Amino acid sequence: MANTFRDAISSLKRSPLLAGLSSLMVGMALFVVGLFSLVTHNLRLGLSSVEERVEVVAYLRDNLRQVDLDAALETLETLPGVEEVRYFSKPEALERAIRDLPEIAEVSTDLEANPFPASLEVRFLPEGRTTETVEAVVAAAETLPAVEDVRYGREWVERLFFLRRIGGFTALILGVAFATVATLIIGTAIRIAVFARREEIYIMRLVGARDGLIWRPFLLEGAVTGLLGGILAILFTWLTHQAVYQLLFELEWIPMSWVWAGLGTGILFGIVASNLAVRRYLKEV
Amino acid sequence: MIKLLNVTKEFPRTGPALTGVSLHVPKGAFVFLTGHSGSGKTTTLRLIHMSDRPTDGEVRVSGFSSIRTSRREVWKVRRRVGFVFQDFRLLPGRSALDNVAFALEVTGTNKQEIRPRAQRLLSQVGLAVKSGSQIHELSGGEQQRVAIARALASEPLVLLADEPTGNLDERATRGIMDLFWEINAMGMAVLMATHDLELIRTYPGARVLELDQGELVYDSSQKPGSG
Repeated sequence: MANTFRDAISSLKRSPLLAGLSSLMVGMALFVVGLFSLVTHNLRLGLSSVEERVEVVAYLRDNLRQVDLDAALETLETLPGVEEVRYFSKPEALERAIRDLPEIAEVSTDLEANPFPASLEVRFLPEGRTTETVEAVVAAAETLPAVEDVRYGREWVERLFFLRRIGGFTALILGVAFATVATLIIGTAIRIAVFARREEIYIMRLVGARDGLIWRPFLLEGAVTGLLGGILAILFTWLTHQAVYQLLFELEWIPMSWVWAGLGTGILFGIVASNLAVRRYLKEV
Repeated sequence: MIKLLNVTKEFPRTGPALTGVSLHVPKGAFVFLTGHSGSGKTTTLRLIHMSDRPTDGEVRVSGFSSIRTSRREVWKVRRRVGFVFQDFRLLPGRSALDNVAFALEVTGTNKQEIRPRAQRLLSQVGLAVKSGSQIHELSGGEQQRVAIARALASEPLVLLADEPTGNLDERATRGIMDLFWEINAMGMAVLMATHDLELIRTYPGARVLELDQGELVYDSSQKPGSG
């Protein structure tokens, strides 16, 4: 292995320009994927913060019995996808109304009775933020004796979830397209690097070098090229992130797991592309 | 040491290159393989080197059979068979010493031994003083000497040469031929493909095989009264 590593490093040193250009091409290809990841990640974060606001409000009847309230709470809390159910009494409802709408404060003193109903607000777990789960909760709430009316902004929720599906689908298609283009570019870059050394491969075969001895340095070289490309891509993506963050608007950096995945992808592509290219030239002798 | 047993080689696009060729090259022989362009000389050498496999028949080289030797084992054959080309096939941008050292390195020679051995091989082919020269600084004859030194790196039993003097002038040709004879005198078989009949006539002691349209039509060792 030490010999393989030494061979790979010495061959990279022999043609530093080619190795550098290959790494740069790999880096640029993965940079496109990095930018796409940055945009996708931030769109997902934006969408998630909106999705957190998805809630179902069950307005309760006046003169509610405690036993019905307890039953309603228990029923709703045990439904799949529900994160929490919070009870707001009539005085709390009035208090919130006054806080949110100052003009109500002016007329509230004239009110003979509190017109705001008590309510149960249902919030959802991230995996429970689907049309089906929300509608199941609404249907369950409507059957409860304590509940008089249920509101959840059906149209808004449906649009939000539709937007998420479209976003996910578009991200998948674009992601696959970018990854394919990156794969082709990386493959070409490394094949050019191997092509430039096809005469070496030929002579190795000619004089009786074992396949493994020919293969391993090229695979390691491909891995190093892919790794350098991955590092360059992360650097370019980070610089872009910093520029946007400083000059335009706040932008979250991509999760570290994505960064490792990018590096791993670079290395993997490097190895696979080298393998394919070397295999081709090995067949010639 | 080298046996071709009823060997036929056909290529998908161009058809048969060799048809039913049988021949035997014993240890230490010096053999010219002649014939017109396209007669099958290069194909024969490639089959012996196991760069190609016969469509039919069998090639045996130093105990290895083309039928039983897998692609993964072919390196064992290549270390017993040196190969020299008309166009030298040296690595440009490297010195003569580096070209020979490369062959030693990739065939697993101990690191400490590589450069002294490469230097000895270059001395053997008469290029000791030019070992540090870059390939482009050498003449055609000198480049062919480097290629021969490289071919000798694995201490083969036979040296295959495909038109090795085709790109050389008369003087360089004579020098290279003398070198081949010296190598042969040390016990290594030499099988040289050439269409240069004048060259063959200059060395009457060598055995001559002639191919014509893929068939072996002449073997000087089969002549009445000859070896």
